[in-house]
Amino acid sequence: MFRMHRRTFLQAVGSSAAASLVGAPSLVLGAAKKVVIVGGGTGGATTAQYLRKYDPSIEVTLIEPNHHYYTCYFSNLVVGGLRQLDSLKHSYDGLAKRGVKVVHDTVTAIDGAAKQVITAGGQKFAFDRCIVAPGIDLNYEGIEGYSQALEKDIPHAWKAGEQTAILAKQLQEMKDGGTVVMVAPPNPYRCPPGPYERACLIANYLKQHKPKSKLIILDPKDKFSKQGLFTAAWKKHYSGILEWLGPEMAGTKFSVDAKSKTVKCAGGEFKADVLNLIPPQRAGAIAKAANLTDDKGWCPVNPHTFESTLVPGVHVIGDAAIAGAMPKSAYAANSQGKVCAMAVVMLLNGKNPVDPAYTNTCYSFVTADQAVSVAAIYELKEGKIVEKTSGLTPGDASEAVLRREAEYAESWYRNTVTDIFG
Amino acid sequence: MKYWKQVALGAAAVVATAAIPAVHAAEVSYAQVLANTCAGCHGPDGSSRGPSAPTIAGMSPEIFIDAMRDYRDGKRYGTVMQRIAKGYTDEQIKLMAEYFAKQPFQRFPQNHVAKLAETGAKLHERYCEKCHENGGKASAEAGVLAGQWIPYLRFQIEDYQSGAREYKEKNMQKRLTELLEKEGEKGLEALYHFYASQK
Repeated sequence: MFRMHRRTFLQAVGSSAAASLVGAPSLVLGAAKKVVIVGGGTGGATTAQYLRKYDPSIEVTLIEPNHHYYTCYFSNLVVGGLRQLDSLKHSYDGLAKRGVKVVHDTVTAIDGAAKQVITAGGQKFAFDRCIVAPGIDLNYEGIEGYSQALEKDIPHAWKAGEQTAILAKQLQEMKDGGTVVMVAPPNPYRCPPGPYERACLIANYLKQHKPKSKLIILDPKDKFSKQGLFTAAWKKHYSGILEWLGPEMAGTKFSVDAKSKTVKCAGGEFKADVLNLIPPQRAGAIAKAANLTDDKGWCPVNPHTFESTLVPGVHVIGDAAIAGAMPKSAYAANSQGKVCAMAVVMLLNGKNPVDPAYTNTCYSFVTADQAVSVAAIYELKEGKIVEKTSGLTPGDASEAVLRREAEYAESWYRNTVTDIFG
Repeated sequence: MKYWKQVALGAAAVVATAAIPAVHAAEVSYAQVLANTCAGCHGPDGSSRGPSAPTIAGMSPEIFIDAMRDYRDGKRYGTVMQRIAKGYTDEQIKLMAEYFAKQPFQRFPQNHVAKLAETGAKLHERYCEKCHENGGKASAEAGVLAGQWIPYLRFQIEDYQSGAREYKEKNMQKRLTELLEKEGEKGLEALYHFYASQK
């Protein structure tokens, strides 16, 4: 007959508890590890998602002022009248379902020494590790005469949402025979092929709806992403509509007279009916406030863990981070978020991070139903993220191939946003 | 006495449950890190939300490895896959293959015409079931077709026909030729709708 005395039972319980104490004291003592994520864009939301996936015992708080996120990716299709803005809108419900605590507030300070985040609403959040994903801020002053106060009349549309809608509406309301002027940004900036995809889709809209109109791109760079593919598409589809003026023609300094929507540069004066100014960029403001930026305004990190080299315990990912050969793209931010989540989970569990793996796959539409792509695999080599392989859509690809790429781009969008927001 | 036995076992179970994360503290494997880089195009854990990129969850590791090597060596056409496959070693490909083989193939609703799907079911039985067993759900001998996205299936058939993708099995070429001779393009369309209809 089975007999168990009270004393034996207590011993059994005691020994189990002791065993678990050895493994993870914080669990037994009821103190879950805390991670605070600042910013709910592509990088921040991905990290939140994967932290909970990799280790559901970690308490993850994501702080983001907006209740919805509009993706910048695919927003050029909205500018070009090919997609509804609402289709780019994502809520944080999927993250909440994963157990992420989503707080809508603005972070005003990150104290790396006290391991605490403070918000405009007066809330304080303690963390074991903090992940900062603030994206970019626009340096309006980089174009003389431009300012945030002017952005509703002269949109940059480089952060999606209201800005995207303003630019799309201005194009729709423009008379046939009007001139659209775009000023492209200097390196480095969010979404390297973005201005040129936008040029294609604005030109496509003009060709279809306002064929007497023109698009002029003023560019301070003579080289840009997917250049051969874009210039081939411009020649093939938008000849006579689209004109690109590089630094040799336009110079590298631009100023604007907001009232007459006129851009002045070394190449002359360009009066626009619709003006799209994309100013120079830097890491989101909180990065600087938290002393995470270098003298150029971007955040140096250890590329294995994305931990800041300036503030220990605080990680920076996405557009704000200096990530070696990786571009400031959505797929890169998503990829970095996963590497960072892995590293943080391993570190919080007292282990060494495993080897990282980084990828970028990026599609750009050149017409309503044709796209080109770049795909790259990166590796960590001697403390740096370097390109292992990279390739573009071949220059001689048939239109059937470009249509196939456009179909895969649509899949890229759906799978990427599901991976990020759930 | 009986009472104590119950309490003791119950309490032990509670303690054991609480102790699981402590004894097996969370860990991320390199295979996960590698495989999760694919999610942006193939969906979380390899199940694509469509409308065109294929689901790679639940694939047999051999087929996965073959596909990646063929992409890498230029034997199989893919838009971005030829470029991506070049970035991985055999060992890395093997880790990804084993990871995705363990993930369930999640099927999402896909537009299809019920009548075509009915015809497709019969054609599948006649032309495809021998290798793509269990209505195209089995993965041991061949690729999973049930629930795969129609545009992807269409691209693959186009590539087989143009020679951009080589037949791994002579029989596949024979069956496809037979199907097209007897049923024409309509027969292929019916098959696509059958696979799209499966839940």
